Amino acid sequence: MDRIAFLLATGLARGLVIALFALSLVIIWRAARIVNFAQAAMAVVAVFVAFAVTALTDSFWLGLVAALVAGAVVGYAVERWLIRLVPARTPLPGMIVAIGLVMVLQAGIGIAFGPQHRPMAAPFSEQPFTVGGVPVLSPYDLFVLLVALGVVGGLALLFNGTTLGLQMRASAMAPEVSRLLGVRVPRMVTLGWMLSAAVASLAVLLLVPTELGLNAHSGDVLFVHAFTVAVLGGLDSPVGALVGGIVVGVLISLVTGFLGAGLAPIAVLALLTLVLLVRPGGIFAVKEARTA
Amino acid sequence: MRTPTITRAPARTFVAATGAGALLLSLAACGGADEAVPGVSEDTITIGTHQPLTGPAAAGYSSISAATSAYFDYVNANGGVHGRQIEYIVKDDAYNPANTQTVVRELVQQDDVFAVVNGLGTPTHSSVLDFLNQNEVPDLFVSSGSTAWNDPEEYPYTFGYNADYHVEGSALGQYAADEHAGKSVCVLGQDDDYGETFLEGVQIALGEDGVTTYETYETSNQDVTAQIGAMQSAGCEVVMLATVNGFTALAVGTAAQMGFMPTWMAASAGGDYPTLVEFLGEDVAAQVLQGFTSVNYLPFSPDGEWVELFTEINDEYNGSAAFDGNTVFGMGVGYAFVEALEAAGEDPTRESLVEALESGEVVGNGIVPLAYSAENHSGYDAVGITMVDGGVQDFVGSTYRLEGESVTAIEPEQLPLDGNGIPAAE
Amino acid sequence: MTTPAQRRRAVLVRSAVCTLLAVGATFVLDSYANYQLATIAAIFCATAGLTLLVGLTGQLSLGHAVLMAAGGYGYALTAAPLADAGVEGVLRILGGLLGALVLAGAVGGLLGLAGARLRGPYLAGLTLALVIALPAISTQVPALGGAQGVGVPFEGVPDALGGVVSIEQWHAWMAVLAAALAVTPLALVRSGRSGLRMRAVHDDETAARLAGISPARVKTGAFVAVALAAGLGGGVLAVVTQNVSPGAYDLAFSLLLLVAVVVGGLGSIGGAAVGAVLVVLLPWLIDTGVAAVGLPSELEQRLSGNVAVLVFGALLIAVTVVWPGGLSHALGDRIRSLTTRFRPSRTVPQQLTER
Repeated sequence: MDRIAFLLATGLARGLVIALFALSLVIIWRAARIVNFAQAAMAVVAVFVAFAVTALTDSFWLGLVAALVAGAVVGYAVERWLIRLVPARTPLPGMIVAIGLVMVLQAGIGIAFGPQHRPMAAPFSEQPFTVGGVPVLSPYDLFVLLVALGVVGGLALLFNGTTLGLQMRASAMAPEVSRLLGVRVPRMVTLGWMLSAAVASLAVLLLVPTELGLNAHSGDVLFVHAFTVAVLGGLDSPVGALVGGIVVGVLISLVTGFLGAGLAPIAVLALLTLVLLVRPGGIFAVKEARTA
Repeated sequence: MRTPTITRAPARTFVAATGAGALLLSLAACGGADEAVPGVSEDTITIGTHQPLTGPAAAGYSSISAATSAYFDYVNANGGVHGRQIEYIVKDDAYNPANTQTVVRELVQQDDVFAVVNGLGTPTHSSVLDFLNQNEVPDLFVSSGSTAWNDPEEYPYTFGYNADYHVEGSALGQYAADEHAGKSVCVLGQDDDYGETFLEGVQIALGEDGVTTYETYETSNQDVTAQIGAMQSAGCEVVMLATVNGFTALAVGTAAQMGFMPTWMAASAGGDYPTLVEFLGEDVAAQVLQGFTSVNYLPFSPDGEWVELFTEINDEYNGSAAFDGNTVFGMGVGYAFVEALEAAGEDPTRESLVEALESGEVVGNGIVPLAYSAENHSGYDAVGITMVDGGVQDFVGSTYRLEGESVTAIEPEQLPLDGNGIPAAE
Repeated sequence: MTTPAQRRRAVLVRSAVCTLLAVGATFVLDSYANYQLATIAAIFCATAGLTLLVGLTGQLSLGHAVLMAAGGYGYALTAAPLADAGVEGVLRILGGLLGALVLAGAVGGLLGLAGARLRGPYLAGLTLALVIALPAISTQVPALGGAQGVGVPFEGVPDALGGVVSIEQWHAWMAVLAAALAVTPLALVRSGRSGLRMRAVHDDETAARLAGISPARVKTGAFVAVALAAGLGGGVLAVVTQNVSPGAYDLAFSLLLLVAVVVGGLGSIGGAAVGAVLVVLLPWLIDTGVAAVGLPSELEQRLSGNVAVLVFGALLIAVTVVWPGGLSHALGDRIRSLTTRFRPSRTVPQQLTER
């Protein structure tokens, strides 16, 4: 019993970071109808900026702000100077350009900073509280939890409660009609990219202190898990991303704890296959995605 | 790259039609230097290696070949071996077997190397083992603790170097039995040949049921909380790690956060203190790695004469790169190769090189002599226990040798540094 | 206007000529170049299929490396018992390749079933998860030998050819023949009715359904055909390298295959060949170039490997943005304009430039 409680708590902590990153994929899907394969690489670039700021100022919080700003800037740059050039009749060219961008960014970081991991310290203790003798969440995990819930809440508010959010969704779903109605579609798409990249940078920034350290590949596994989660939950659903993230995090933790680490990737694959077979649009798909 | 000669011009026009063929053909013209012994010329000897210089594995290992190159530069500056300069071609395989297959063929077929030295990695090197032996290319000092390299019948040209995972596991197991008798021993291993072979080694010393739990990790998942939690709740008192340095840092760091403080004992591939400090940071490392136990078979004692020499070489020929266990390992490999080359005679051939090794003349600079023979191509068969105390990692004196299925305590016989640290011809 | 029979004949003639040229080339290439040729041919098997899958049916597979790996494992798992049973030479190779086809076809069939149900990003996600899980699968299934993979029996030069051809040349022959066997049917599919159906499904599924085409069947069929070709490539690559291991078929390799088909030109078999040449030769040329410049060793270490990835990424972006048809179209247009200039009287069928 203790064992299960411990594994659940561990899985929750890891799942929240995955959920946060998955959210960023949902944002960009909602705003631009694109799966951004370069999300992790872009986020790592922003976190390198945050790392430099933290190293200079000795403040995690300034680094965090820097990550958000840098993430937004990277999102802006990629959308304005690259994605706009891509023919958007089908989603395929966008995905391919994003894959090209991953290669360019990762190779670029590798050349600039070398292969070593740069350790980052967490702003809060990672020493977990014990409840009834079982170590559960640490203050840092709670911080991540609050951030993730905050981002979900903020996004829900943005997309459902504000004109801006409505305009963003409208631009993605029906660009022509939106333009007729006076929405500045290109600006909305750019905003979506900035927002998405900033959230992704936040997720990677929160992840790095719990891992070996920062290098060009720091976001790779997170991206794969988050992508799985986004697909699981339905690319359109923020709630799906949150729930899916926690489910995948807990699944990995339970499988690793009870069956062995080697089975975890297979379990994720099995879960994904199962869900897609039953619901090809993801668990939380409201309706069939429109055929392009 | 050598400039292509144009002796095959008519053929060239023929193939140019296929477009891509033209590229290949310019290649064709590059090869085929007619030398009696591949890689050996009047004043040079060319050898090569495959190493992960890029990709995820680069972080832990890319400094090895730089150290070996620096040692060869030092030897070359002192006149080389039998008047020949050593040219060490380092090819990047990014720890990917497909790349290894390509670059090793390039080394053998394009660069005409005399031998492949210190190719790194079990999965990577396994993929070229057949190729190298079928082409009768000496394959020396494989940089991996797998037991697969010691198979003179099947692979007569391949020689190990590292103490294999059986040797390391059994030594740590025996040390635990001697110094921590009655304590519960657990193992955390990489989910591959490394973890499994090491576990077998520990069981040689402690018996089949001597290990309380065996947990594994996947290199793709940098979260080992679940495994550490399992060992904590199993009441492990000694935790042995068959991990790479990064995961040693993760395991020890995660456990410390969870208030789990067992005695840590790591295999040499994951037990290098300077590297761990880089991962954990100075403060944390000093705190959580006090008493950290590992094994080594090379003279890495920080105040030893070998380290003094290697530091000088590192400063002069390697741009004062960070000095760690990889530096000592890389230079130790260089030392052993120079020794083998000296022993292979004035005009070395691939056969004379292999004969020199099998004669047992090559002893290396480790804490025990290398013991190659016609029947034994494994590397170091004994290791010394090391411990971190006050931020300094050094031998504690206990040394164990694995012979067959029995582990025995022995006395170390460290080769003293002689002169300039370059093996002299007999 | 060309009739289907004429088109079919054109495809067959073209592949026969290409095969002969490639086999001829092995006589003038040295052993390393022959090894590269064999690798190119094996990869061509996979890219030719991938280009049809992505270009014609619009299904983005990020797990194509897994199909090649399945072929490799299929070969190894069949050839090893055959070797133990004393079967040798061409018979063992054929048996192994049969194993490669069976395993790759099975994996492809499963993926095809999924692909029939899933749209673009979802299929991409599933294949991505599959390629990421490959190392874990190889560790969990004992027969696959974990990270070291499994060895493949060595296939020497047959006695009849002993002394005439070198071992690398023999292996290159095998790979070239395998490529011919894998790619020719794909080229026939592409220029025939099935190709038409695939395009119809890609352009408008609803319209295709109205025309009596079952999109699910077309998509699944395409996946299986493509998997068989990739499996053959994986199988022959296993013979050449004598080893199959999960590390060789990772996500990066999958992405390289994608680079190959996009840069070559989606939907074009000739483009797939150009792409296969590119992914084998470009990293080698770049690394050789970097090494020749004589940079400080630390800088060289950082550049090595990374530069090739950088160039591939940049190519991928540039081609998608600037020449959406890929290099084969960009070059093809040029060749066509040249041809028209010199031979104005003759009309050139479009497929000629899309070998």
